[in-house]
Amino acid sequence: MKKTFTGRVFVLGDDIDTDIIIPTEYLALPSVEDMKQYGFYPLRPELPGLIREGDILVAGKNFGCGSSREQAPEIIKALKVSCVIAGSYARIFFRNAINNGLLLIENDQIQEYVKEGDSITVTVGEKIEAGGRVFPIPALPDDLMEILEAGGLVKAMQKRNGIAREE
Amino acid sequence: MPSTLIEKIIEKNTGLSKVVPGQIVTVNVDRVMIHDIFIPFVADKFHEMGFTKIWDPDKAVLIYDHMVPAAKVEDIRHFQIGDAFAKEQGLTHVHRTDGICHQLMTEAGYAGPGDIVFGTDSHTTTYGCVGCFSTGIGYTEMAGILGTGQLWVRVPETIKIVINGFLPKNVMAKDVILRILGDLRSDGATYKALEITGSAVDRMSVASRMTISNMAVECGAKCCLFAPDEKTCEYCGCDLADVDWLYGDEDASVSRILVYRAEDFIPVCACPSQVDNIHAVEEEAGTPLDQVFIGSCTNGRLEDLAMAARILKGKQVAVKTIITPASRKIYLEAIEQGYMEILAEAGCIITQPGCGLCCGRSGGILTDGEKVMATNNRNFLGRMGTNKVGIYLGSPATAAASAVTGVITVPEV
Repeated sequence: MKKTFTGRVFVLGDDIDTDIIIPTEYLALPSVEDMKQYGFYPLRPELPGLIREGDILVAGKNFGCGSSREQAPEIIKALKVSCVIAGSYARIFFRNAINNGLLLIENDQIQEYVKEGDSITVTVGEKIEAGGRVFPIPALPDDLMEILEAGGLVKAMQKRNGIAREE
Repeated sequence: MPSTLIEKIIEKNTGLSKVVPGQIVTVNVDRVMIHDIFIPFVADKFHEMGFTKIWDPDKAVLIYDHMVPAAKVEDIRHFQIGDAFAKEQGLTHVHRTDGICHQLMTEAGYAGPGDIVFGTDSHTTTYGCVGCFSTGIGYTEMAGILGTGQLWVRVPETIKIVINGFLPKNVMAKDVILRILGDLRSDGATYKALEITGSAVDRMSVASRMTISNMAVECGAKCCLFAPDEKTCEYCGCDLADVDWLYGDEDASVSRILVYRAEDFIPVCACPSQVDNIHAVEEEAGTPLDQVFIGSCTNGRLEDLAMAARILKGKQVAVKTIITPASRKIYLEAIEQGYMEILAEAGCIITQPGCGLCCGRSGGILTDGEKVMATNNRNFLGRMGTNKVGIYLGSPATAAASAVTGVITVPEV
């Protein structure tokens, strides 16, 4: 994972629940790759087509609330966004995201200063630079960074158990 | 430095002298609970991670409850995979027909004061009733714990809830937690620990505290803790001297304090279809019902069945009424106390202990336009049948009183 990266922003609101991120009706599709085109379908069906690798999602409070489905962070990860920045996250989503290798940043200031299409720069564990302002962000603990760096909990455990494959 | 109850549990577990909210720490897991719904996924991920042996077979509990007895042919696969995993790993704590996981975990002594316990079900918060830090996680994380015995945890802020005084006679613990949910709203305690205290709580049974900690997840709470007392020790079979360190310091820093007068509580219900859509039962009184359900891990304990029997004694139910004890032990005690005879004579259907009815998976499902007064914990769309069923959540007293009349009724006790 790069320590510093710049990305284009997509802006979402408060209380983006996991049914919005991936509606129940698409959960039975064979893989996350099949599901990802329906990401955010009830709210913004065009989003999966617009998101490019390295883009950043900026949302309000309580991101990922509702159902505990692990497919929600898996889809955001599959869309290749570099991170999500939100005011706060629902608890089980936060854990499932880290465990699926999706970087989450918690900040409730930046929402006021960025609009869709802006370019912002993130230095992991240090700061966000947006609109000429600097927003400090806390570092994730080493244990969590290890999981993220490995690409998720299954891969982290494979590495720990000496069966990881190089990609 | 003063600590809240959750901070003390984490400090003791990790050996850290002081933890603060927001800090992320790795805890040593005292026990895990896996239920039949997720055991196939847990077993898969465990093997995919490259583990062969779980860290401590004595610390894992496997419980079949959501699918017992099987309602669909494909459910049996879950039991087969569970049995094979238990055999492969030498698990001895396997409950195939004994009752609902959240009842069994404290009843059978798997979760006790000061322990840290994780489960694959969101209502794992229940064991906070005995001062245990317990919460729900995903199946990937459960597989990781099985391999390592550890999990990272964000130290939560605490919302302290103080309830002093005497609850009115027709008010049960269910009315208390529903009112709290209405006040905190469905995301009001996300990430946070609830710590519940006060003279009204001191007077509550462990079973009543269990109802409250069970439903705490409905406002997003990570856990809901009660400091252990004599009642806890009697229930858990432990000595007060061993658990008297388990209380929140008066001067500990908390994010919010809610103070209630117990006398102000009234019978309430959660109206369709949000758990925080709380109204006085009196406001809803007269609404015709198609079914009443008394049971679940929220309200299927002896005191709940006793309340139902007291109200239904010598009467006949006016609508289909289903009773589900939370465990076999409770079932037997209710028979011994004569409650089951009273309930059966009143025309109730009595089912095996299990989760099927509460999650609309087997038995007692409803259809468009029907309404149910139920004592379980979720009234989400489609939870007990089609998405046009109206689910009202209330106490066993409210449910029993409504069973007698066939319409939503304020209990008179």
